[in-house]
Amino acid sequence: MAGATTLKLGGDHAARFESRAATRETPLVKWTILAISLSFFALFLLMPLIAVFVEALRKGWDTYLAALIDPDALSAVKLTLLAAIVSVPLNLVFGVSAAWAIAKFEFRGKHFLITLIDLPFSVSPVIAGLIYVLVFGAQGWLGPWLAEHDIRIIFAVPGIVMATVFVTFPFIARELIPLMQAQGREEEEAAVVLGANGWQILWHVTLPNIKWGLLYGVILTNARAMGEFGAVSVVSGHIRGETNTLPLHVEILYNEYQFAGAFAVASLLAMLALVTLVIKNWVEYQAARSYRDQQDIPS
Amino acid sequence: MSIQVRNIHKQFGNFTALDDISLDFPTGELVALLGPSGCGKTTLLRIIAGLEQADSGSVLLDGADASATHVRERQVGFVFQHYALFRHMTVYDNVAFGMRMKARGQRPSEAKIRDKVHELLNLVQLEWLADRFPSQLSGGQRQRIALARALAVEPRVLLLDEPFGALDAKVRKELRRWLRKLHDELHITSIFVTHDQEEALEVADRVVLMDHGHVEQIGTPEEVYRHPATPFVYSFLGAVNLFHGRVDGDDLRVGEDTLAHDRRDLDHGAEVVAFARPHELEIVVDPQSTAGIAARINRVLSFGVTARIELDGVNGSTGQHFEVELTREQVKELALADGQLVRLLPSRLKVFEQPGAQA
Repeated sequence: MAGATTLKLGGDHAARFESRAATRETPLVKWTILAISLSFFALFLLMPLIAVFVEALRKGWDTYLAALIDPDALSAVKLTLLAAIVSVPLNLVFGVSAAWAIAKFEFRGKHFLITLIDLPFSVSPVIAGLIYVLVFGAQGWLGPWLAEHDIRIIFAVPGIVMATVFVTFPFIARELIPLMQAQGREEEEAAVVLGANGWQILWHVTLPNIKWGLLYGVILTNARAMGEFGAVSVVSGHIRGETNTLPLHVEILYNEYQFAGAFAVASLLAMLALVTLVIKNWVEYQAARSYRDQQDIPS
Repeated sequence: MSIQVRNIHKQFGNFTALDDISLDFPTGELVALLGPSGCGKTTLLRIIAGLEQADSGSVLLDGADASATHVRERQVGFVFQHYALFRHMTVYDNVAFGMRMKARGQRPSEAKIRDKVHELLNLVQLEWLADRFPSQLSGGQRQRIALARALAVEPRVLLLDEPFGALDAKVRKELRRWLRKLHDELHITSIFVTHDQEEALEVADRVVLMDHGHVEQIGTPEEVYRHPATPFVYSFLGAVNLFHGRVDGDDLRVGEDTLAHDRRDLDHGAEVVAFARPHELEIVVDPQSTAGIAARINRVLSFGVTARIELDGVNGSTGQHFEVELTREQVKELALADGQLVRLLPSRLKVFEQPGAQA
């Protein structure tokens, strides 16, 4: 979350530091640090990733594919996609408008709003799920009213979507606020003086300036929406073929000792993560490039 | 188009940015709003543009009250200190922006837009940069593009907020001359904000001097420089030597020294401040002389056409610094040396009564 723009800027500097005799560290220091970080990386990050695919394919391709085209698995895929498709656009609109409000306007309760945006990060996802159960569940505040009107939220798809929206709330807003604050309001003021209306300014000036940060936020939101376990687990009720998302499906299979199936479905999530990382890196690269291009050259 | 502001008042928290400002900007003039930072000049400009809302008072464009008119309908051109070019658009798209944003009925065809953009780029002499991005331009080029962009919507007035503030000295000087030339060609009513007195005096038809949210003086560059109305204006427009004194008949008592003055209207004993420009002070080396202010030479700087002599006050004006401008020949003739005790005799002295400090 450090901001897509800041991440890629250290490279040249590090290379220069390394190539100069005056600033270079001794090989011992360099290799010790490298060895520590690489072995840590191999043990805790790379090995589990490989293990997922190895375990998934242990019983051969047939079992692997069977686990993936199992109707319950397919319905879990569908539900996961649905949760992502609903929560990403919702958070996109919310994130842009919240970041806009915070970065460009002064108003009462601004700091409160900033703090509130962080709430889904600071609170445990399980608590987030529980909140929804307490509000919308059968014994919750709105439970009787919902039952009367035959609306099901908890242990149903709406609850899962809402819990996903909640936990992915901050990603886009958090990414955009510093970016928009740094850019200031001058370009938008220039646009309004030139006769542009609000939508034109948003479309032609604001969005192009934040597009890489926005894309970065969308990718993170999407990854989290598809991978969320805790909050969704509480509100889902684990009804097979109905209220199971992919992560929940993995857990059920695993608890039923269907290891190959569990790992096969898990490998889907792992691949999603890898694709996310590739896109994220590409976005970061693009953002850093456009950031560099936009730097002032001395007049 | 003429611009008038009437009784504008603007407050930021406890800070009064503008206090009851009323000004007329006649059609076709290039007016400078000049003052130190925080004097309210930029706020006033932004209120005229509509980017800021006055707490009270009104802005009249062409005689009609524009206070309720939205910024985008005011038809003003605004040039920002830091250019505010759209960084993701080429120079061409930047200049075309205003025309492309017009409502469908009034929007010119792309061919018309192309002609207009090229005409404007020609005007600012940067036609060859049409396909570049703002980041590929120098500061001076960016500001000229910003000006072309502002002119593209055929504004009725042009407002420039410290247009050359972010540029280095040489480019600034060039652009100043260029802006003056451009204004002489276009005759569009223009207001530009600056804290640089040289810039204001050199470029503007008229100068409005502001300080602490008040207008101190309005006049042609000649008028305000020759006949400053207040101590602030005097000290803001160029280097000055300042003397605090008390009226004593035909003399001013400054510490233990005296200066002659020509203000017959001042009461005996009135507290005054007196100003003289560096070139209006004469150095008397005769040790017997008792006229003028005693001072000790600190440094003689004799590069350039004229020599500058820095002095420290002695007798009563201790701790004060003076500056005298002489020709190099005069310096040679007087044989001035560092540490020498001399007397300063103003050839011209501007005396202001200090309000509220009367004995």
